[in-house]
Amino acid sequence: MFIDTEKWQEIFRTLGQHKLRTALTAFGVFWGIFMLTVLLGAGKGLENGVTNGFPRVSNFINIWSQGTTQVPYQGMPIGREILFDPGDAAAIVKNVNSVSLVKGQNSIGIWGGTPPYTVYKSKNGAFAVQGGFANIEGIQALRIIKGRSINAFDEQQRRKVVLIGQRVVEQLFSKDEDALGKDITINGISFTVIGVFESLQRGNEQQQEERIYLPNDTLRYAFNQIGWVDNLIVVPKPGVHARVAEEEAKKYLAEIHKVSPDDKGVLDSFNLQDEYDKVQGLFLGITVFSWVVAIGTIFAGAVGVGNIMLIVVKERTREIGLRKALGATPASIIAMIMQESLLITAVAGYAGLVVGALTIEAVAKMLEASGGNSGFFSNPEVDFQTALMALAVLIAAGVLASLLPAAKAAAVNPIVALQDE
Amino acid sequence: MIRLSDIHKYYRSGEQSLHVLKGIDLHIQEGELVSIMGSSGSGKSTLLNILGVLDSYDQGSYALAGHSVTNLRETQAAHLRNKFLGFVFQSFNLLPFKNAAENVALPLYYQGVGRKERNYRAEQYLEMVGLSDRKHFMPNQLSGGQKQRVAIARALVCKPKVILADEPTGALDSRTTQEIMSLFKEVHRLGNTIIIVTHEPDVANQTHRQIYLKDGRVTTADQVHLQHEAVAI
Repeated sequence: MFIDTEKWQEIFRTLGQHKLRTALTAFGVFWGIFMLTVLLGAGKGLENGVTNGFPRVSNFINIWSQGTTQVPYQGMPIGREILFDPGDAAAIVKNVNSVSLVKGQNSIGIWGGTPPYTVYKSKNGAFAVQGGFANIEGIQALRIIKGRSINAFDEQQRRKVVLIGQRVVEQLFSKDEDALGKDITINGISFTVIGVFESLQRGNEQQQEERIYLPNDTLRYAFNQIGWVDNLIVVPKPGVHARVAEEEAKKYLAEIHKVSPDDKGVLDSFNLQDEYDKVQGLFLGITVFSWVVAIGTIFAGAVGVGNIMLIVVKERTREIGLRKALGATPASIIAMIMQESLLITAVAGYAGLVVGALTIEAVAKMLEASGGNSGFFSNPEVDFQTALMALAVLIAAGVLASLLPAAKAAAVNPIVALQDE
Repeated sequence: MIRLSDIHKYYRSGEQSLHVLKGIDLHIQEGELVSIMGSSGSGKSTLLNILGVLDSYDQGSYALAGHSVTNLRETQAAHLRNKFLGFVFQSFNLLPFKNAAENVALPLYYQGVGRKERNYRAEQYLEMVGLSDRKHFMPNQLSGGQKQRVAIARALVCKPKVILADEPTGALDSRTTQEIMSLFKEVHRLGNTIIIVTHEPDVANQTHRQIYLKDGRVTTADQVHLQHEAVAI
């Protein structure tokens, strides 16, 4: 429309007449938005880095027995050793409502004993052996890179199959040899390799990749652990918080093993979701902090814009007075000043957003180029929603910055403004 | 066209109240060329501001082209100025970053007239004041007289009912003053109502009626000068 072109022309002209002033002011806003995007992107990168270290099933619970009872209960003395029965897993699933899946875990060389001697042809090594189950990848945070994982048939039929870490492969097999389908011997018993995995446990990769997983029942029967289960992996029903399932499963276990409810020392457990929640809370904190810092910066920039606009209004008093004498309404004067500061904030802020996003993108590229896995920082990003939010903050800042100067401009008295000195 | 009845205006500063206009009665017909004279402090600037709907008055009544000008809100006042009044100032008050044609077109912009139409009309009026060859000149490229011509074109471009000129020749030498006065007379001949505030008798004498202000009142000197003019004729 005709009004717009004329208005914009004028705005550009006034801004162009004071290039340095406009640039310095714009820089305040630019810096605010730049900080916001970079801070949020970096926070996201940190979050991605840390949460990548978590297994995909982030709410499982591990329950184990600490050993002997300390409190007499139902006529039974203290010092009674508590061991989980192989049947406990099924019993918990049946009797505890909040639980969807329970798996027993036994081991050689992790929760007792020494890692067994594993042999393939002329090569050998001592690797910890752990009981596994179908869909183990999500809980133990590992990725199958070759072959397949343990499945339900392996479990049911107690197949003598093993899933081995890639460091096990390196030590037992020569470089060009395919481990899949080969038979390895653990403590003199032969097992077939069905898959090779890499670890996704941040900071624990080496240890996990030197591990061998096989169906837990196979382990128990092959290595003489038939009578007990070392510990239990419990997965809550969807929508149930792990802490609830944890308490209920432990209560039920205490009941069936006749452990006094006061004997807190016997059953111990670890609940990943609590840890996960803590980390999530931390990142919420970081995000809030980023926003507070960045919004502070943006408002500082906006105050700068407002300040400059006040000077502009002061300088243009005569012009504004003349316009009013020629028939400009207060509304049209307010619109003129507001458009000017909105333009500065919008252009500067958008530039900040773009430069910030590019910076984040460049950092992500560099990380990727340098191996992509730098511990607790990976894949920094700014999502669309964040960008929109930043834009909203920006516009609010622009409007805020122009309110006072616009009001001043509208209040200019043409008589005073047009007085000849 | 303009009817002022018993206009009073006070300026208050703290406890003190200054009675600037002490009951002005004034009637200006359509098509008149009038000058308002008076020494500084006589209230002529205040009167001009009230006539120009830039200032309010405390008592009395003011009718401009049949519209009562009382207790207007700013927006209404702005519309009234835009539609009915054209201003010419002593220091021209052209916007320095706009060329002659754009300056002339400015009041039309606040009427919401389209760009093409604005430019067309602005050029017409520039031609009328004899500056059609300077329409793209910036104000600092124009002489004082040319600037005032542009300002007069700007005052005319909305076809106002009344043109208010505040010391329009105050910043000009005598020759240019004469040129500008000729232009005013020509504009008057085309049927416009013009009020010129001045303290130069030479200028005032070229108008058809002189109104003398003294201490906030229209003085009888009005009559004296009318007689004087009659003798001259």
